[in-house]
Amino acid sequence: MQERPDHSDLLPDPLPPPSGMQAMPKNLEFKAAILLLVLFVLVCGSVAYLMYARGAFESTQELVLLADDSEGVVVGMDLTFSGFPIGRVSRIELSTEGKARMIVDVAEKDAHWLRTSSVFAMERGIVGSTKMRAYTGVPTDPPLPAGAERALLVGDVAAEIPLLVASAKQLIENLNGLTAAESALSTSLSNLQGLTEKFNGPHGALGGLMGNEKDAKKLVATLDRATSVLTKVDGLLVRADNQIFGKDGNSQATIVQLNAMLSEARASLKKVDAVLVDAQAISANAKIATSDLDVLRADVDRSLRKVDQLVTEINRKWPFARDTELTLP
Amino acid sequence: MTVNASPFNSFSHMGRTTLRWFISGWRIVLFSMLVLTLAISPATYQRENRHAIAHQIVLGTFQNVIWFSVLSSLISLILIRIVVITALSYGLSKYALEMVVRVLVLELIPLTAALFVALRRTLPDGVELAEMRRRGDLALLQQQGIDPIRREFFPRAVAGMFSVLMLAAVSCVLSLILAYLSIYGFTHWALPGYTRVVGQIFNPAVSMIFLLKTIFFSLAVSLSPMASSLYDTRDTPLHSRSKAANELAAMVRLFFVILLIEVASLMGNYY
Repeated sequence: MQERPDHSDLLPDPLPPPSGMQAMPKNLEFKAAILLLVLFVLVCGSVAYLMYARGAFESTQELVLLADDSEGVVVGMDLTFSGFPIGRVSRIELSTEGKARMIVDVAEKDAHWLRTSSVFAMERGIVGSTKMRAYTGVPTDPPLPAGAERALLVGDVAAEIPLLVASAKQLIENLNGLTAAESALSTSLSNLQGLTEKFNGPHGALGGLMGNEKDAKKLVATLDRATSVLTKVDGLLVRADNQIFGKDGNSQATIVQLNAMLSEARASLKKVDAVLVDAQAISANAKIATSDLDVLRADVDRSLRKVDQLVTEINRKWPFARDTELTLP
Repeated sequence: MTVNASPFNSFSHMGRTTLRWFISGWRIVLFSMLVLTLAISPATYQRENRHAIAHQIVLGTFQNVIWFSVLSSLISLILIRIVVITALSYGLSKYALEMVVRVLVLELIPLTAALFVALRRTLPDGVELAEMRRRGDLALLQQQGIDPIRREFFPRAVAGMFSVLMLAAVSCVLSLILAYLSIYGFTHWALPGYTRVVGQIFNPAVSMIFLLKTIFFSLAVSLSPMASSLYDTRDTPLHSRSKAANELAAMVRLFFVILLIEVASLMGNYY
């Protein structure tokens, strides 16, 4: 059924033999066989190399990493430990809990780097692909068993950028507020500068503390006067000491006289004490008399009430000139 | 009359052109089936035919593989240096190797190998076969009881396919070696990391697309010129053209097919 060329129109002139039938070099088939063999070796070698490169010939153990999101993870991606690839992602699937399960084939010769306490992290950089890293803090822990499931910590640099920018912006605003011309810090620094200028002035720190030269001068004058007063007090004390404890004895005679005066005062006070005892007796008598007066007053009140009852009785029995008639209307 | 006839003529011309393209494509498919049938036929590998196949393979490959390897190595070296230095200047040196392998090995080398074989071998072969047909050599062979397709067309087609595969394989391996030496220097300590990166690039899907692309390139380069020279008859427009025009038309058709294959592979790899 295939369409064949129409050779009827071709010229039937006798021609030299076709190119394929020309005199051939020797060992053609051998050379062709070599070429075929070379091509076969190249293709098979390339296939074997690629299979080796993809880890087809290395024994592995499985490690299951769980993450909320598998974005950026692709099959064939490396799991690195200290920068060296020790495994590669062989499968990514969705678990029944809705989490991403990444099955990593870890080469058995490198599996001893992973321990039960190892931590696995996924980093999404700004430039380049996502990276999966393993960290082992305690290398003496038991080795990670085959098929172990571990959580994959996700560190998303790109997601942290907005937060970082917001924080940096706030920080810059605060710095701007601090360094503004009318800010408290600037005012404080200006005041400090003024203070240091005053410290460096003719009155030194005293002028800075007092605020103006006049008060500083007053304080200096006060100090001078206080010094002179203290000098005078010192002299006075020296004289008083001489007066009191000096060798002339005036003060001791005065003390003797003072003792005599105190004895006389004591005798006078004893007399006053006796007078007070008498006065106390008199006041006791007056108190008794006062109680007798109360009895007497009660008797008088009783007699008066009797007289009042008697007068009332007399008026009832014998009414004096009083109109007792009742006039009916 | 002129105003009314012009659109009709242009539509008619466009229709004829489209039909010719479809017929040409159909003839390529037919020739492919014919070659496949001959490839699995034991009679094709009789002594005389085997000699013809070996002759074409040796003739087509030995001449090209050396020159193409040298040229592709030089161009690869230049491209690798450009990519590595550019990546270093941007601080992206760790991605240089991946880019070199993807650009050179996956895309450029199979394409240039196919074009090189087409320009150096299969297009001239197609023209030569058309000339032989015009001169009556093929008819003479047929009269002598020799199948011209089995003796002349099939060996050239097989040699063309083999040349493309050979050139692509040799140049890809050379480029991988040159990339390693350019980036890491003469040391074997970077070999595990290099192997790992190459393994990551050549995942199963990319490897399959690469393999299919190279095979389809070799098929297109080998079969399209042969099919044109076998099926173009006197009544086809190409037959009345000069030799150069025929060669050019076959080349355009071949490049169009190669372009379609390349676009399909790019879509498969990156979409």
